[in-house]
Amino acid sequence: MGKLTLFDKIWDSHVVKSIEGGPDVLYIDQQYIHEVTSPQAFNGLRARGIPVFRPGKTLATADHNIPTTDQDKPIRDQLSRNQVAALAENCKAFGIEYFGLNHQKNGIVHVIGPELGYTRPGMTIVCGDSHTSTHGAFGAIAFGIGTSEVEMVLATQCILQPKPKKMRITVNGSLRKGVTAKDVIMYIISQISTSGATGYFVEYAGPVISSLSMEGRMTICNMSIEMGARGGLIAPDEVTFRYFKELPSVPEGFDWNSMILNWKELKSDPDAGFDRELTFNGDLIKPMITFGTNPGMGIAIDDSIPVPEDVAGDDNASFRKALDYMGFVPGMKLIGHPVDYIFLGSCTNGRIEDLRAFARLVRGRKKSPNVTALIVPGSKAVERQAIEEGIDKILSNAGFELRQPGCSSCLAMNDDKIPAGKYAVSTSNRNFEGRQGPGARTLLASPLTAAAAAITGKITDPREFID
Amino acid sequence: MPKEKLNILESRCVPLPLENVDTDQIIPARFLSATSREGFGENLFRDWRYDKTGNLKPDFILNNPAYSGKILVAGKNFGSGSSREHAVWAVYDYGFRAVVSSFFADIFRNNALNNGLLPVIVPEKFLQDLLSMVQKNPETIVRIDVQNQTITVPASGQSHFFEINPYKKECLIKGLDDIDYLLGLKDLIASFESEKNR
Ligand code: SF4
Repeated sequence: MGKLTLFDKIWDSHVVKSIEGGPDVLYIDQQYIHEVTSPQAFNGLRARGIPVFRPGKTLATADHNIPTTDQDKPIRDQLSRNQVAALAENCKAFGIEYFGLNHQKNGIVHVIGPELGYTRPGMTIVCGDSHTSTHGAFGAIAFGIGTSEVEMVLATQCILQPKPKKMRITVNGSLRKGVTAKDVIMYIISQISTSGATGYFVEYAGPVISSLSMEGRMTICNMSIEMGARGGLIAPDEVTFRYFKELPSVPEGFDWNSMILNWKELKSDPDAGFDRELTFNGDLIKPMITFGTNPGMGIAIDDSIPVPEDVAGDDNASFRKALDYMGFVPGMKLIGHPVDYIFLGSCTNGRIEDLRAFARLVRGRKKSPNVTALIVPGSKAVERQAIEEGIDKILSNAGFELRQPGCSSCLAMNDDKIPAGKYAVSTSNRNFEGRQGPGARTLLASPLTAAAAAITGKITDPREFID
Repeated sequence: MPKEKLNILESRCVPLPLENVDTDQIIPARFLSATSREGFGENLFRDWRYDKTGNLKPDFILNNPAYSGKILVAGKNFGSGSSREHAVWAVYDYGFRAVVSSFFADIFRNNALNNGLLPVIVPEKFLQDLLSMVQKNPETIVRIDVQNQTITVPASGQSHFFEINPYKKECLIKGLDDIDYLLGLKDLIASFESEKNR
């Protein structure tokens, strides 16, 4: 038997050439692009006077910089309008498929890639957005790249990459009630810090991971980047195969059954050599929430904020700066702290399962009057399905409104900004200073925790609402 | 496009003794709407540099006239967060040619090297010594030698051999670009495709 990891198998089969003492030339099966990190890449192609090498292997969407209301009207902000228009023009000029605003297949790049069947096991996938790691949930090597690299892929369908080291994270046991995939990944990051996996590509394994739906697995892989990892992946299994069989819309000419036969080979060998192995006990994980300004600053929702003495020595200045920014003090409990905003959405938690979880909890209850809620589906397809399932009705009966798809408050490039000093419980992936608007205070959590806070207007343990 | 060549860099430094400086601090998302690569330096560390009304915050290091130079010295885990290359463009456009830290986020490091910005990884002790030296004496000079992979502080005699991928090193010294290299491999790539049925 070999000793290869799943990562090795996919990587090695995509190496066009290894440069002596340098990076590998890695072939890319699928690239996704969006309006914010692509214009300079197209400018580069124009300056060199070269075409896109394989236009059929890139797919474009507008998501980062678009409004989430009145999408049928012209975008009001001029810079945003120009950027979206530039993408449409570039796609037309270079022959790339583009799902723009109002297109029925539009949505956040990491939501539509999987749901339209473009993301498949065994592939190499890149996008100029760090959360490209999401696609690893399907057993693909997927990672975020910079704009120069977007240009490389457009020009040659290849990228120069040193091969990362390999880590396996096994989550044993089973999850307690009220604990979601989001809590699992937030727990892992809180244990190993935002640089705990830098230089590695992570494979997730173990009973807790196997028990998750594809949506949950995408949430896990999505946040791999928040612990510094280049990406994360999960070996495809029956859950993965069923996902493809049930896809409503697939690219033409695909025969899933024969593909699935090949995909069954995609797993790490029994004695595969990982550079590092970590194991966690899923039974110990509780609903998580962040209290600081990076995703590693997370605690169980009923815990207290640590005191600086308990935090790794040299990190003290950053720790205090973070608490100051958040308006918290060491040792305090977060439960009961007032909340001003709720954001349900993003490529971390903007899929149908997340809307369902939120709706289940708020059903028959009312939104707290002091809370402003932004409920943003990850794609047009998610929006349609939410309406089909009556989730929009449940939401409106409880005082919430379903917006139109986009990245929205995840990075607040559009109008969906959290005002300075306000507290937002957010299902997105980053709580950096100013991420959701200058001065905004972000508390990352699961859709259930967001729903509980939306109802009570305070940070609340979602387990109180679940029987 | 050919980049500015970088081999020997001798300069004063700007100290930023904070850890986990993420890309949202380096260049906030609301400045990402541009469609060119130029001009991002103006908004480098925007929310630390300017107050809400657009006035310079005097206590932020970039606004302290005592400090200047082409080398940014920053705390551990610099550049974490998003893949936005705009962060590197902003650091470069502001005038920095190297960033010294004990740890860099992967994507930032790749992006930096693709844009002629040199990330220099030094041990934590070296970093802390350098930070306190520069904070005490803004005129401290640091010499970075790409060919020999050394970073030296002549005043203290401290020197460190830093790692850099040999391919990337050559690109930096010669001002070469990955895309030129890849374009030269097009035939190889096409035969890879037909062989592997991709
Ligand atoms: S939702 Fe956030 S993390 Fe996801 S693609 Fe959009 S900006 Fe990036």
